[in-house]
Amino acid sequence: MADQHRQAAVVEFDHVTKRYDAPTGRDKGKPTPGAVNDLSMKVPAGKICILVGPSGCGKTTTMKMINRIIEPTSGTIRLQGEDVTGSPPDELRRRIGYVIQQVGLFPHLTIADNVATVPRLLRWDGSRTRARVDEMLDLVGMDPSIYRGRYPKELSGGQRQRVGVARALAADPPVMLMDEPFGAVDPIAREKLQNEFLRLQEDIGKTIVFVTHDIDEAIKMGDRIAVLRTGGKLAQYASPAELLMYPADEFVEDFVGADRALKRLALQRVRDIDLWTAATVRSGEPVAEARRKIAEADIDIPLVVDDHGRPQGWLSERGLAGERVRPELRSRAEPLVELDDVLRDALADLIESEVHYSPVVDPDGCLAGVLSLEVISQSLHVPPERARTSTELVEPAGDDAVSAEIEPA
Amino acid sequence: MNAVAGTPPFAANAFVEAIEFLITPRESVTGGVQVGGVDEMLTLTANHMLLSAAAIAIACLVALPLGLWLGHVGKGEFLAISASNVGRAVPTLALIAFFIAFLGLGFLNVLAALTLLAIPPILTNTYVGVRGVDRDAVDAARGMGMTEPQIVRRVELPLSLRSVFGGVQLSAISVVATAILGPLASVETLGTPIVSVNVYGQAGLLGASILVAALAILINALLGVAQRALTPRGLKAGRSEAPGILRRIPFLQRQGSAQPT
Amino acid sequence: MSAALLPLVQLDIRSRRGGTCESEDGFCPDWIVDNLDRYVSPLLEHVVLTMVSVGIGFAIAFAVALLAHRREWVSAPVGALTSVLFTIPSVAAFLLLVPLTGLGPLTAIVALVGYTQVFLFRNMVNGLSNVGEETKDAARGMGLTERQLLWRVELPLAVPEILAGLRIATVTTVNLATLAFFAGAGGLGAQIYTDITFRSNVVVAGGLAILLAALFDLLILGGQRLATPWRRAAAA
Repeated sequence: MADQHRQAAVVEFDHVTKRYDAPTGRDKGKPTPGAVNDLSMKVPAGKICILVGPSGCGKTTTMKMINRIIEPTSGTIRLQGEDVTGSPPDELRRRIGYVIQQVGLFPHLTIADNVATVPRLLRWDGSRTRARVDEMLDLVGMDPSIYRGRYPKELSGGQRQRVGVARALAADPPVMLMDEPFGAVDPIAREKLQNEFLRLQEDIGKTIVFVTHDIDEAIKMGDRIAVLRTGGKLAQYASPAELLMYPADEFVEDFVGADRALKRLALQRVRDIDLWTAATVRSGEPVAEARRKIAEADIDIPLVVDDHGRPQGWLSERGLAGERVRPELRSRAEPLVELDDVLRDALADLIESEVHYSPVVDPDGCLAGVLSLEVISQSLHVPPERARTSTELVEPAGDDAVSAEIEPA
Repeated sequence: MNAVAGTPPFAANAFVEAIEFLITPRESVTGGVQVGGVDEMLTLTANHMLLSAAAIAIACLVALPLGLWLGHVGKGEFLAISASNVGRAVPTLALIAFFIAFLGLGFLNVLAALTLLAIPPILTNTYVGVRGVDRDAVDAARGMGMTEPQIVRRVELPLSLRSVFGGVQLSAISVVATAILGPLASVETLGTPIVSVNVYGQAGLLGASILVAALAILINALLGVAQRALTPRGLKAGRSEAPGILRRIPFLQRQGSAQPT
Repeated sequence: MSAALLPLVQLDIRSRRGGTCESEDGFCPDWIVDNLDRYVSPLLEHVVLTMVSVGIGFAIAFAVALLAHRREWVSAPVGALTSVLFTIPSVAAFLLLVPLTGLGPLTAIVALVGYTQVFLFRNMVNGLSNVGEETKDAARGMGLTERQLLWRVELPLAVPEILAGLRIATVTTVNLATLAFFAGAGGLGAQIYTDITFRSNVVVAGGLAILLAALFDLLILGGQRLATPWRRAAAA
């Protein structure tokens, strides 16, 4: 639906510093909370960039400098190449969506009037605004005919947050800033909102700068994660997989947590890793031919497949006793793992079924390879340049979009 | 008199003369008696204070226990809140006039009227103060085995003292102001030179006005100081329930919450 | 010159013929019905005094509150001043103003305006500053200018508190205006004062003042209901 709206902008930080007055008294000598120190990074267009770090690390300051709620002490922030200080703050902010933890809906305005805020500031005509409001409410899964005339007080926390997102998107801004947007709802609603938002983002493809203190949320939501340390220094800026596998230093390692290997499993899909091969045999096939294939495969047990290549089960030794392969199965082809499964779920299947191998099938049900505990274990030790995530696989080609490196500071 | 209305007389003179009236006795306008001077003013001030203090004291005796009890059991909100609203709507002059017209002249009648005037602010502020006490603190007190009277005395009263004092201050302001009307019922107060201006003259009227205004401001300030001295120290530091300006207007700070909005 | 300052209204010397309601200071419905017309002009004076004072007081408090909203240091001294003003007994205030502004409605209005400030100013400042930080953050983040933030968000949200202040200020003004005759401004108080021992008179004049206060109160309350539909919405 939203392809005609699909516009996003690159956000660049160029040696951005924000200093506050040094703490005095008891806190003298400690770093000032919220300060940012010489930050340079580039958020590619259409990507979700997560700013994460302990409290006081300057992540919120960093975000609020983009829409000039906070002005940097020095350095430049560019939006699609244009210095944000080039236009008055109010005009700039109307081009940037803004979602905060407490949502900040206007309690005296109806849901429709809340969503219409920026379109009205931009003096859209009435019918265009009305249509847009309904479109936005639909987009976030709230029936306009029910919710249009209600007041914020009449909504649940999760619904308010959805309206907050709709309001931020109303004027189709190329960039959205989200400050712990799902922090104030209960864990179950949060999970739901996160998933909904990821689906929404597939449609709208905005550049999103997202602040959180929750590393799990960062890993789940982010295309890129910027880890900030106390004092406002960028500790690492990387893809979630890279961050988990190669934390830049002890601070990042601590911050992502001891279970980072497990977190990575939740991030990678079966199709991202190198699978083992198995010999596929069909009933009635010459045994000599089958034995040749078995010798070439990574594992020495052949899989019986049907005429379409769909795995039926593991062949027993007796099946190879005669001239032709007889369909004597030692076990059925279970569990079946799909290429799109995340490694964590696949691993859980393997452990639960108490098997060493599991056939992997493509969306047509044809065999694509074999997954084993060893395969998973190896995947956790792939060098960084080979670490891939599914999100990167769908990244559009184009220099701007993929070059999201930390510039030398 | 009509000829003079609208053309302000030379104001400074009038005030100088008024101050002189407070210090030195002079012959009355009607002649024959000495009026004004420090002695008479002191007597009138003492009468004024006595009448006001008695009214406020009785009002406290009635309204404090009632407000504490209603607040403690959480009942009678309508009564406690609307007392103030009704009290505000009844003109003080009308109240005094009702008492004079229906009960007659005399100290007791004026005292009764002033007491009636003083009760609502104390009642409302006490109630609101007690209801405003953190319920967790009350639960904790109950959990530690305090009896209900102990909870009122040791937890709810100290914690609502600021609000109670706000009510007492409001009462004091209106009682001191309304005691000016005492002479209408033959009770001598600082209102005497005002009501009997035909005897005391214009200087007496202005002098008494200055004195009663100063007295009201002084009493209010003293109550403010007393309130600060009596407020538990834990409530003074970092209190957050009265933001900004309210912190500097102690006597009004709880009042707003007493308004049904 | 002292005689010229005499503010007290000439006392009506009633003819006290024996056996009438008036001569016995009685409470007589018949007398009230027959003499209602003598309360019309004091009532109108009272209404005008109240409305003019509250109107001017509202405008002043509004302007100063907006200033205090922008410049925080303003609110403390102004708040302290309004509370000191409120402490001064109204009779004294009316009388002390007479040498400066003369006898008449002007003096009464100056004093009454002063008394409204403590309620109006305080509630305006509180109403404006009670708007949630998150609401203001969201508004600024969406690109509302400070002026738009004030007029579209902060003021509408402060309406309930501002009107609550207006209610107290108005009822208080009706009350205090009964003493405005000390400033030579007439009103229902003058009517009470002229014949303070006559029950019928006291009941009618005092009752009208109370009714007037209640009427204003209800009108403002009704206006508040209309102006703030969002407050009646049921919570989720």
